[in-house]
Amino acid sequence: MGRSATTKDAQALFQSLRSAYAATPNTLKIIDLYIVFAVVTAVIQVVYMAIVGSFPFNSFLSGVLSCVGTAVLAVSLRIQVNKENKEFKDLPPERAFADFVLCNLVLHLVIMNFLG
Amino acid sequence: MARNLGFLVVALLVLASSCESAIFSPVSDSHRSAALELFSPIDGSFGSLEETYEALQTFEVLGIEKKPDIRTSACASVVDTLQSTSSALKDLVHALRVNGILKCDLKNEAFRGIESRLKDSLNAANSLLDFYYSVGGLMLVKDQTSAVDVHLGDADKIFRSIKALSQSDGRWRLSSNNPESSNDAAGIALETLAGVISLASSEIDHSLIATLKNDIAKLFDGIEKYDDGTCYFDEKLVDARGHHGPLSASASVVRGITAFAAVTSESLNLPGEKILGLGKFFLGVGIPGSAKDLGSVPLILSLPATVLSVTKNDQLKVRVSTVLGSSAPPLSVKLMQIFVSGSKDASIIDQKLKFDPDNSVHVLEKLPSNVNVGNHIFSFEIVFDDPEHKKNYVTGGRTKVPIHVTGIIKIDNAEIAVLDSDLGSIETQKKLELPGENAVALSANHLQKLRLSFQLITPAGQAFKPHQAFLKLRHEGGVEHIFVVGNSGKKFEIVLDFLGLVEKFYYLSGRYEIQLTVGDSVMENSFLQPLGHIELDLPDAPEKAARPPPQPVDPYSRYGPKAEITHIFRAPDKRPPRELSLAFLGLVLLPFFGFLAGLVHLRANINNWPKSTVPATFASLFHVGIAAVLLLYALFWFKLDLFTTLKVLSLLGVFLMFVGHKTLSHLASTSAKLKSA
Repeated sequence: MGRSATTKDAQALFQSLRSAYAATPNTLKIIDLYIVFAVVTAVIQVVYMAIVGSFPFNSFLSGVLSCVGTAVLAVSLRIQVNKENKEFKDLPPERAFADFVLCNLVLHLVIMNFLG
Repeated sequence: MARNLGFLVVALLVLASSCESAIFSPVSDSHRSAALELFSPIDGSFGSLEETYEALQTFEVLGIEKKPDIRTSACASVVDTLQSTSSALKDLVHALRVNGILKCDLKNEAFRGIESRLKDSLNAANSLLDFYYSVGGLMLVKDQTSAVDVHLGDADKIFRSIKALSQSDGRWRLSSNNPESSNDAAGIALETLAGVISLASSEIDHSLIATLKNDIAKLFDGIEKYDDGTCYFDEKLVDARGHHGPLSASASVVRGITAFAAVTSESLNLPGEKILGLGKFFLGVGIPGSAKDLGSVPLILSLPATVLSVTKNDQLKVRVSTVLGSSAPPLSVKLMQIFVSGSKDASIIDQKLKFDPDNSVHVLEKLPSNVNVGNHIFSFEIVFDDPEHKKNYVTGGRTKVPIHVTGIIKIDNAEIAVLDSDLGSIETQKKLELPGENAVALSANHLQKLRLSFQLITPAGQAFKPHQAFLKLRHEGGVEHIFVVGNSGKKFEIVLDFLGLVEKFYYLSGRYEIQLTVGDSVMENSFLQPLGHIELDLPDAPEKAARPPPQPVDPYSRYGPKAEITHIFRAPDKRPPRELSLAFLGLVLLPFFGFLAGLVHLRANINNWPKSTVPATFASLFHVGIAAVLLLYALFWFKLDLFTTLKVLSLLGVFLMFVGHKTLSHLASTSAKLKSA
């Protein structure tokens, strides 16, 4: 009885989330997709490292951190681009995107150097 | 000072170039070549007339035939000086001296002029040097021309004025103002007085000459002597002309006496040994001096070899010659006595040496039989064949010469044995051939003794005690022990008691090489011989025993190759199998495709791509720029280094900034337009 209630509640919650999410603008959805892609790639790398061992460790770090870094930058882009966010009202989204591109390039330079 | 400079310098040069020895040798080519080197003309002349005279004089005295040719310039200088009325007295005399040697062309008027000048200065003279130069000049004029009358009318007066400067000890003062007297001045005075005597037009008072002879005798009383018989005149005071030293003083005195002896008819009765001593002195400093006309010619006894071998039957050779190297009159040399150095032994020989006329040496064919090896002093005496020669030649009595006699020493009864201690009974005994090859093999333990004995016999059959007699035992590890072999008068013997030596040997057992060294300066066959080896069995070292000293490492081993190093590398990490890696590579790329699929699902598009050309180009350039940067990163990973990457990145970055700004601002403006619209 309780169990069905919880599952029902979970399902209801899930449905409401889903419908709310459908309302988000497409641009934000693209950014979310990108974030998911980056995180999944990171997870696969961690699993690989868990299997074969951490040698060479710097390469592993480099790979994982590139995914995580780019995910973080994407999150910050999403925050700045989101129209509902009153804090960044005056910031044009192109500017945020330019920052995103620049930071990514710097991140990837460091990553490539650390990759070894 | 100037007139002695030449002799002084020659003497110094020859001293430097020849080594001094107590055995004097007469004038040789080394002296002559030294003189030629010293007196070498610059641009065809010697400089001043004084130097020219000294050079020519030295060449003449040493008998140098090949002289440098300076005649033209010297003669020109001579003529100039003699004809000029303002020349100093000294220059006149030097010019006359050079003329005397070179015989330049001078007219009689010139001589007359000189003669009158010299007589004037003689009358006005008041110091010894004035007298000397005037009289000397007149003597030279007399020698060089007969057209001029140089005789002195008032010779007596001049003689007395010069004599007034003499002193009671035989020396002379240079002038009445100067109280200091010197031997050098005495020589000058004698020479001057001799000149006065020869120039006198009438006979000089005999008593004056007698007093002069007394003065010379007193002068010789003041002569200095060295231990080996050399005599010289020394100067104690420094006079106005500078300190001269014994060489110039002696030379001056000898010159004066020579001149005086030449003009008096009587003999001077000079002590012969002192004359010989003076001759030796001049030889010792390397110049022949003016002893050639001294009346008594010193004879020098020299030996070409002073080391003789008894075993080889070397003959003792003696050469007798005069100071200048010319041959002596017929005489014979006798070996009178032989002294042994370091002891009072002296044996009287009195044996005449045989004269070999071909080499003009006196030879002692066989050394006396009782001459043993060692250092001896041979005493020689010269005996003239013609007793008349004794008056003219001085031999100096007995001449003592140190002789070093060597010989081959015989080693007899050499044997080595291992003895049992206490009882002294012989366990092993081997005979040794010394100084030949030996290779004995002995063995002993610490309770036994090693005995080595031998006898040394000189060629004369007597026992011999060498300077060195050592026995060395060398362990195979390099530790060495040296023992001195003692002698008991007749025999040399050493006994090594191993019981007492165990600690000294550092308890090292094993094989010891035996080596014997016997040597001496008179022993022609000194040797250092390995005798063989001995196996020593010593007890083990106790805890506290001294360790043997570390042997010196072979110094060259430091630079040789070192031991091979085997490197231990860290085991390489385990790499995953290839297939697994490739599988995961594929797996990693999956999310990317998932991302693309998601984009399609979301109906992502590029509708906002600018339509007009310029913005479109910028937009495409922006994307191209990003792609270029990513490509650069890929290249960076594959082959580039950071610095090149950064350089290119900076360029691309600037480009990207520019196009990006253009594109994004265009997009912003279009979206703003849309919003407002």
